[in-house]
Amino acid sequence: MALITPLKTAAEQQLVEQFASIKAELPGAGAMRKLREEAFAGFETKGLPHRRLESWRYTDLRNLVREAMPLARRPARPQAVTDRLALQTIAGTRYVTIDGIFSPGDSDLAGIPPGVSVRGLAEAMTEAPDAIAAAFALPEVARDDSALMLNTAFAQDGIVVEIAPGTEVAQPIVLLSLGSGASEAAIVSRSLVKIGAGAKVTIVELHEGVGAAPVQLNHATAFIIGDGAEVEHVRMVTRQRAETVQVQSLLADLGAHVSFDSVAVAVNCGVLRQQSFLRYGGEHSRAALRGINLLRKQEHSDVTLVMDHAAAHGESRELFKTIVEGEGTGVFQGKVIVRQHSQKVDGSMKSHALLLNDGATMFNKPELEIFADDVVCGHGATVAQIDGDQLFYLMARGLPRPQAEALVLAAFVGEVSDMVSDEGVREIVSREIDCWLGQRDGAPKPGAA
Amino acid sequence: MLEIRNLTVKIADEDKQILNGLNLTVNAGEVAAIMGPNGSGKSTLSYVIAGKEDYEVLDGEILLNGENLLEMEADARAAAGIFLAFQYPLEIPGVATMTFLKAAMNAQRKARGEAELLTPDFIKQVNAAADKLGINRDMLRRPLNVGFSGGEKKRMEILQMALLAPSMCILDETDSGLDIDALRIVADGVNALRAQNRGFLVITHYQRLLDHIVPDTVHVMSKGRIVRSGGKELALELEKNGYAAYSEAA
Repeated sequence: MALITPLKTAAEQQLVEQFASIKAELPGAGAMRKLREEAFAGFETKGLPHRRLESWRYTDLRNLVREAMPLARRPARPQAVTDRLALQTIAGTRYVTIDGIFSPGDSDLAGIPPGVSVRGLAEAMTEAPDAIAAAFALPEVARDDSALMLNTAFAQDGIVVEIAPGTEVAQPIVLLSLGSGASEAAIVSRSLVKIGAGAKVTIVELHEGVGAAPVQLNHATAFIIGDGAEVEHVRMVTRQRAETVQVQSLLADLGAHVSFDSVAVAVNCGVLRQQSFLRYGGEHSRAALRGINLLRKQEHSDVTLVMDHAAAHGESRELFKTIVEGEGTGVFQGKVIVRQHSQKVDGSMKSHALLLNDGATMFNKPELEIFADDVVCGHGATVAQIDGDQLFYLMARGLPRPQAEALVLAAFVGEVSDMVSDEGVREIVSREIDCWLGQRDGAPKPGAA
Repeated sequence: MLEIRNLTVKIADEDKQILNGLNLTVNAGEVAAIMGPNGSGKSTLSYVIAGKEDYEVLDGEILLNGENLLEMEADARAAAGIFLAFQYPLEIPGVATMTFLKAAMNAQRKARGEAELLTPDFIKQVNAAADKLGINRDMLRRPLNVGFSGGEKKRMEILQMALLAPSMCILDETDSGLDIDALRIVADGVNALRAQNRGFLVITHYQRLLDHIVPDTVHVMSKGRIVRSGGKELALELEKNGYAAYSEAA
């Protein structure tokens, strides 16, 4: 009988060796260790995601990751990290990871609001491996994803946030993930956010690179949201090295009567895959995933999402705005699944892109899988250039072309950024957009308007 | 003030020639009306003067106070004093009307080397001009032209004209889509701006608008040229006899 040995790439082989040598040191015994080993075994059979997989068609990770970088160790702290930490950009309490490792000394542990608990994931895995292993469970629609398998296998640390039922947290909870860029490294981390029934909170994730070295980053944030909770989530991936390859996964399990609003912003993002898996576990929940992707040079942002309506009376809204110039590539793959018993689901999915020059690329692929018969679901996708008539109208009123373009582009993505309800967070998002627009060739200098 | 000589224009990506050696002069203080049948090139003329890019000028020149407009982009023409009131003003979602007005006024001031407006002065000017045109504050708070009725859009055009104080105003079928009351408000707004140092080019199909904005001269356009010019009585004659005679003559 012939023995079939799947061919591994150099990077895959390196990951096998890495896992063998490091698994004993990774935090979490018992169920957690078992989970890691199972996840890695799953990864070994599948390998890195590649373009022949429909869900990874536009982001060929196998090709992008030729060499597996070594797993990040607690880094020497470069000055750039210290400088960035000195800036508090958003009013709220802030919890910090550096290269994926929780940094209690830089975190506002004294300021944790009442009803909220925050601790490092490694610490939590050591203290309660069974509970964390249970919270690591992937939703059904994400179980085949080998990037998430790698995340489960290697996750070193991250942040665990728990909000007690009924707690209304007044100011945003900011999770700041800094890549030190001190040396080339793989950063693998996961954050868990468990929100009790009826709680109300804004969670902001800022993922920024500060140093010179590119990294391979694989982060997941998993929300478990109790009945009746109201959650606003904003994730910004900014200031990444062009060569950085990054997978950001958002996992959310919604109870009943939940309201979940998420806005994901990618600016100067290097090569980025943003994948979201939402599961409606309870009835009458509504979720909105929205995003802004501003891409130039060879930047790449792949937004792939699966909304799994496993309960009736759910509402889903997706709205993504992408602007691409240079040789950038935008991707939107959205799938809405409505299970057979999930009647009265209301879904709407939209992706709109503007391409500013010939070399810019956008792929749009909305999908609906509907097995129930009483639902309202729709999708729309557009790819266009800046509207020449709008531009002419503005210029005919005296606005120079770069200023007219900036106004039209800011308005295009403003539809999404305006949906961020926390004023301070919205301001940071707008500033990032303005900054990107200001870096376009011939863009007006600030204050010109 | 505005001198158009032998203007010959085709659509950029097509062979279709729209303007065929058009000559026209509008003096300072003059209100000139252009009338003509559908497809005679009236709107094209307005777009070419304002600097829309979809056209290719094959021959001729357009001078504003001796300056050649054809060498300028649309924004520079606006700063030089051209204002086109659009037949179909564009909706620009996401751009607040006040933000747009301020950006436009300041861009023109900057191009002319003047200091930018201070916000309180700007708001005072806008409110005063808006009140005259029956534009309420709520309209000013909305995104530019989004959800405006036809009449509201036209009033917004005249508001912009009042605020930007151009030297040459071109009104492209400003009467289209207006009821009698809205027409009167818009016409009153235009009449209030008539001045010794300002010219108007009023493009229309119908005599109706010219009852309210009384022209000094009337030009008939057909097949991309001015085929007859006269006083305001010419508009009445056209209303009575139609354009048939000119279509054949041209």
